[in-house]
Amino acid sequence: MREHKGIKLALIFTMYGYIILFLLVPLLFIFTKALEQGVAVYLAAILDEEARSAIRLTLLVTAITVPLNTLFGISAAWAITKFDFKGKQLLLSLIELPFAVSPVIAGLMFILFFSPSGVLGTVITDFGLRIIFSVPGIVLATMFVTLPFVARELIPVMEAQGRAEEEAAISLGANGFQMFKRVTLPAIKWGLLYGVILCSARAVGEFGAVSIVSGRIRGMTNTMPLHIEILYNEYQFAAAFAVASLMSLLAVITLFIKVWIEHRTHTSTR
Amino acid sequence: MTIEIQNISKKYGNFQALHDINLHIPSGELVALLGPSGSGKTTLLRMIAGLESVEDGIILVDNENVASLHINQRDVGFVFQHYALFKHLTVFDNIAFGLQVRPKHKRPSAQTIAAKVDELLALVKLEGFAKRYPAQLSGGQRQRVALARALAVEPKILLLDEPFGALDAKVRKELRRWLRKLHNDIHVTTLFVTHDQEEALDVADRIVIMNKGKVEQVGAPAEVYESPVSPFVYDFLGNVNLFRGRVIDGQFSFSNQAETTNEAVGYVRPHHIKIEREKTSDAVISATITFIHTIGPIWHIEMRRDDDTYIEVELNKEEFLLLNLQVGENVYVSPKEMKVFIPEDFSI
Repeated sequence: MREHKGIKLALIFTMYGYIILFLLVPLLFIFTKALEQGVAVYLAAILDEEARSAIRLTLLVTAITVPLNTLFGISAAWAITKFDFKGKQLLLSLIELPFAVSPVIAGLMFILFFSPSGVLGTVITDFGLRIIFSVPGIVLATMFVTLPFVARELIPVMEAQGRAEEEAAISLGANGFQMFKRVTLPAIKWGLLYGVILCSARAVGEFGAVSIVSGRIRGMTNTMPLHIEILYNEYQFAAAFAVASLMSLLAVITLFIKVWIEHRTHTSTR
Repeated sequence: MTIEIQNISKKYGNFQALHDINLHIPSGELVALLGPSGSGKTTLLRMIAGLESVEDGIILVDNENVASLHINQRDVGFVFQHYALFKHLTVFDNIAFGLQVRPKHKRPSAQTIAAKVDELLALVKLEGFAKRYPAQLSGGQRQRVALARALAVEPKILLLDEPFGALDAKVRKELRRWLRKLHNDIHVTTLFVTHDQEEALDVADRIVIMNKGKVEQVGAPAEVYESPVSPFVYDFLGNVNLFRGRVIDGQFSFSNQAETTNEAVGYVRPHHIKIEREKTSDAVISATITFIHTIGPIWHIEMRRDDDTYIEVELNKEEFLLLNLQVGENVYVSPKEMKVFIPEDFSI
C-alpha cells in the first residue's frame, strides 16, 4: 500500500493526543492530588493501620492466585497445544469465559454458591468454614477473574513451538520433568512471564467481583481497591489518592517490566 | 542390531495407515523406506521409535520387544525432518543433551561428555561450531548437528525421517554421500524415510517400497529397479511408458483398441526404447516426434502415437547424433526391454 504522509501523521498525532488526554493526564492528576496536602499526609495515609492491612491482604491474595493460575495456565495450554482431543474448542472458549462475564456477576455467582443460604452454604457452615465475607471468597473471586491471562499468553507460543523438540528430548532419554525444564520452559519463558505479569496486575487491581464477596470489613477483608473506594466515599480525598498512587505505581512498574519482556522476546527470537 | 516387524497395523480413526506390515532388517544395514506421501512410511518409522503407540503387532529390536518400553528407554536415535534442534542451546549443549539427562549413576563426567561432543563434532565435520546457536547454522549444518545429537547416546538403531527433505538439491546430494560414508564407518542399523527414489537408490543397501500402508517390495536398489514386482513399483522408481496390448500363449502383442480378453499392459523405461526410421517388423509402433530437449548428457525425445498417447524416449549423446532426429519426423519404436503386468481388476 502506498503511504499517505498526511493520513499517517494525523493518525499518529490523534492517537498520542487521545492517550495523553485520557490516560496520562488523569494518572499524573492522581499523584498531584495525593501529594496536595504534603508528604506527611501522604505517608500517614499509606502507613495507616487499615491501609497497611489492605495492602497486606492484596499481596496475600495475589500471592495465592497468581501461582495457582500460572499452574492452571501451563496445564491448559499444554493440553490444548500438545494433545488432540474432543472438546478442545469448548475448553478454549471456557478459558475465555471470565473475560466475557462481568466481574460483578462473577461475585454474585460466588455469593449464590457459598453464602450460608446458598447452594453449598449449609455444607460449608457444617464444616465450620467461611468463604463469603472472608479471605477464601476474595481469593476465589480473584482467581475466577484472572484465570485466562497465563493460558492465553501461552497457547499461541506453544502452538508455534510444535511438538518436535519435545519428542527429540524424549527420544534422547529425557524424562517428562527434564523435558519440561530443559526444552519446554526455555521456549515459553518470556510468554509465561508476560502472562504472569498481566495476571498479577489484574489480581492486584480487581474491584468488582471482590467488592461483592468481601463484605468490606475494615482491617479484615478490605483489599487496596476497596480501601480506596471507602476513603473516597468518606471524603478523605488525599488519603484515597495516596493509596491510589501506590497502586498506580505498581501498574507503571508492571508496564515497564512488560516492555522489557517484549524487548527481550524480540531479541531472543531474532 | 536387527529390527523385526511382525504383523504391524495402525489405524487413525477410520484411516488405515498401515496394513499388516512384516519386515526384517538385518543388523548394520542402511535401509530406505520409500513411498509417496500417505504411504505410511513415516508412521512406521515413528512406531519403531516409540513416538506412536503400537496396538497391533510386535516390533523387536535386537530380539527384544520394544512395544512395552517407553521411548526414553529404547536407545533409539531419531533425526527429525526439520531437525528439531533445541533453539536456546548451543551446538555443544544440543549434542550433549542426551548424555546430560542421564540418571546420575549412568551420567558420564563433564570431561567425558566434552570429549564425546568434540569427537562427534569432528565426525560430522563441524569442528569450531560448538558455541554457535542453531539459528546461526545453514540447513545442512543443522541436519549434521541433529545427527550428531542422535549419535551421542550411542543408539542401537538410527532412524531418520526425510533427513534431507528440507535441503536444496546440491546440499542434499552431498549430505547423502556423506551419510553413506558415515554409515560405512559406524555401522549402526539405520532406517531412513524418503519420498525421493533417486535418494533411496543412491544411498541404501536395501529399499522397502511402501504404498497405501502396505509393503510393495523389498530388495537391493538394483533388484527393485530391474525387477519391479508391481506396476506401482515400476512407476514409482522412474519414468515409464505404458503400452496396452494382450497376452496370448504367453506372448505380448500391442493393440490399439481396448481389449476384452487377455488384456495386459507393457511397462517400458524411456531408455529401453529403440528408434528406427524404417519399419523392420510388425512388432513396431509408429509415432511422430513432437519435442526434443536435452538435460546434460541425456536427450529426451517426446513423440505422439497415432492413438494420441505419448511416448518418452531417452538417448545418450552418441545415439542421438547417430540418428539425427528432427521434430515432426515419423519414426518406428520398439521396446528393448519390457515388463508386462496383467491388470488384476479389469472389467468385462
